[in-house]
Amino acid sequence: MSAAEKNLGVGSPGAGLAAARPADGAGRPDAGASRPSAGAPAGGVSALAAEGLTLSWDGEALVTEGIDLAVMPGEVCCLVGRSGCGKTTILHALAGLTTPVSGRVLLHGEDVTGCPGRVSYMLQKDLLLPSRRIIDNVCLPLVLGGMRRAEARAKAEPLFERFGLAGCELKWPSELSGGMRQRAAFLRTYLMGADVTLLDEPFSALDALTRVDVRRWFVGVARELGLSALVITHDVDEAVSMASRVYVLAGAPSAGEPSHVAGEVVVRRADDAPGGFELTDEFLAAKREVMSLLG
Amino acid sequence: MSAPEASELGGGARPRPARRGARARSAAPSRARRVLTPLVAVVALLAVWEAVVDLGLVPNFLLPTPVQVVTALVEDAALLASHSVTTLAEAAAGLVVGVVLGFAFAVLMDRFETFYLAFEPLMTISQTIPTVAIAPLLVLWLGYGALPKVVLVVVSTFFPITVSLASGFRSVDPDVIDLMRTMNASRWQIFWYAKLPAAADQFFSGLKISATYAIVGAVIAEWLGGNAGLGVYMTRVRKSFSYDRMFASIIIISVLSLALMKLVELVQRALMPWKRAERNSNER
Ligand SMILES: Nc1ncnc2c1ncn2[C@@H]1O[C@H](COP(=O)(O)OP(=O)(O)O)[C@@H](O)[C@H]1O
Ligand SMILES: [Mg+2]
Repeated sequence: MSAAEKNLGVGSPGAGLAAARPADGAGRPDAGASRPSAGAPAGGVSALAAEGLTLSWDGEALVTEGIDLAVMPGEVCCLVGRSGCGKTTILHALAGLTTPVSGRVLLHGEDVTGCPGRVSYMLQKDLLLPSRRIIDNVCLPLVLGGMRRAEARAKAEPLFERFGLAGCELKWPSELSGGMRQRAAFLRTYLMGADVTLLDEPFSALDALTRVDVRRWFVGVARELGLSALVITHDVDEAVSMASRVYVLAGAPSAGEPSHVAGEVVVRRADDAPGGFELTDEFLAAKREVMSLLG
Repeated sequence: MSAPEASELGGGARPRPARRGARARSAAPSRARRVLTPLVAVVALLAVWEAVVDLGLVPNFLLPTPVQVVTALVEDAALLASHSVTTLAEAAAGLVVGVVLGFAFAVLMDRFETFYLAFEPLMTISQTIPTVAIAPLLVLWLGYGALPKVVLVVVSTFFPITVSLASGFRSVDPDVIDLMRTMNASRWQIFWYAKLPAAADQFFSGLKISATYAIVGAVIAEWLGGNAGLGVYMTRVRKSFSYDRMFASIIIISVLSLALMKLVELVQRALMPWKRAERNSNER
């Protein structure tokens, strides 16, 4: 059992965690005031939704066409697809970093198309700044938001143990192992403080054993804090073992065939199954369905 | 140790660090050897030089012996010191102005694409212009005072500084900028947190080169006319055929350049504390 998991099991640090987050939903529009969005499962307004997203980097060659997807509040969804099919491109658009050719991005029903800074986004690489100590790296979102450095450090410090980074506060990024850098990137993403989190292949830089640990740990944190998350992966097992729904992306943009959502697989989760969810028939059924959609 | 770290070390990777460590130990010479070997080489070279002149293989009026050079250095110490101060002051003034202007120019090139496109080729070409060649012009235009010296130093340091900074700013990972945009970072914050540190390495390399250019630039401008400075001293002792004092001034110039480079290195170490950690983890 990893240090991160151990920390997760004991007590109820969730309240402390939530208090440390800078802007928990503050300033967000009232969910009830907005219209329902496309792609959302029945009932309630989605935390995050894409409506007919057609994306392109150069304005000509389309990468994706008419992407509809939705993440309900408190839900972890996965987006799977082959390498190069446009997963990162979609996340960039959802994060507001690019403006779609057509379509909209809705955050709690509010149109945020092309507005960066409204969701927590963890990019494919850990992107720790080599010139800042770990604590200042994870504090970056707070400091950029105008908080004084001492205050930001005081907010972040108690979280280091929870994120399996105890003792690393004053280290430089180059002194950390891959797994620890990844957790530091998680902590930084967490301190961005939005209630919707986008993660781009967050576990791919880790070796197989570490990956399983960090993933379990992440799912635990997400559930405990009620985070809504959209997680990219190209690993079907990983997707099925963490998501409540898996969106399957298919297409080959580099061959002039824009990607589309080939289907959505609802995973019937049975996390308390003996031997773990990964050994159940439900897991296999969902996996088979995702594989067939991938083609 | 928690499971993630344990698994990173495990799985067949364990024997490798040991082997790498062994190879590193046998490859790296000891500290004493690293210091003593070049020292012995220099002493041997000086001994050969001394012998060649003492044995009359090269006439002494053309080539002074090391002992004569050191004697000249000691005899003229006060004079050399006062000329050095002049040269150093010109070099420092030119370097400071060159760095400030280069910084401003690089920031403009980073901020405005048009500015970059307009001046990038010019910057590259300017690297090939020998500053020695424009020194006579500067003396013609600006006279025998300190001004042409400082201007020559500015001209010869401005370009390496600008080029190293401009390419340093561009070296920042675009994903880092995207990440910072998702954190609502302002343009200034992106510059301060991402671009400036990314450029620091190249900037200091450029600054080190500029520091040596600065001393040499000042001396060359002094050769062409002036009242004080090591270049003026050199032209005077050349006219009186005192080659021992000529060599003495060359030594001073080299020492000043080295000292300035060392100073840049110290500043770099103080301003980039993360470099040491990176070097350590690379060696591991
Ligand atoms: N920053 C970028 N600029 C231009 N084209 C890009 C960029 N990032 C990705 N692409 C292109 O978009 C397509 C989809 O890439 P990407 O979204 O990174 O795929 P995935 O994340 O699924 O591996 C590819 O053809 C890729 O070449
Ligand atoms: Mg990708």
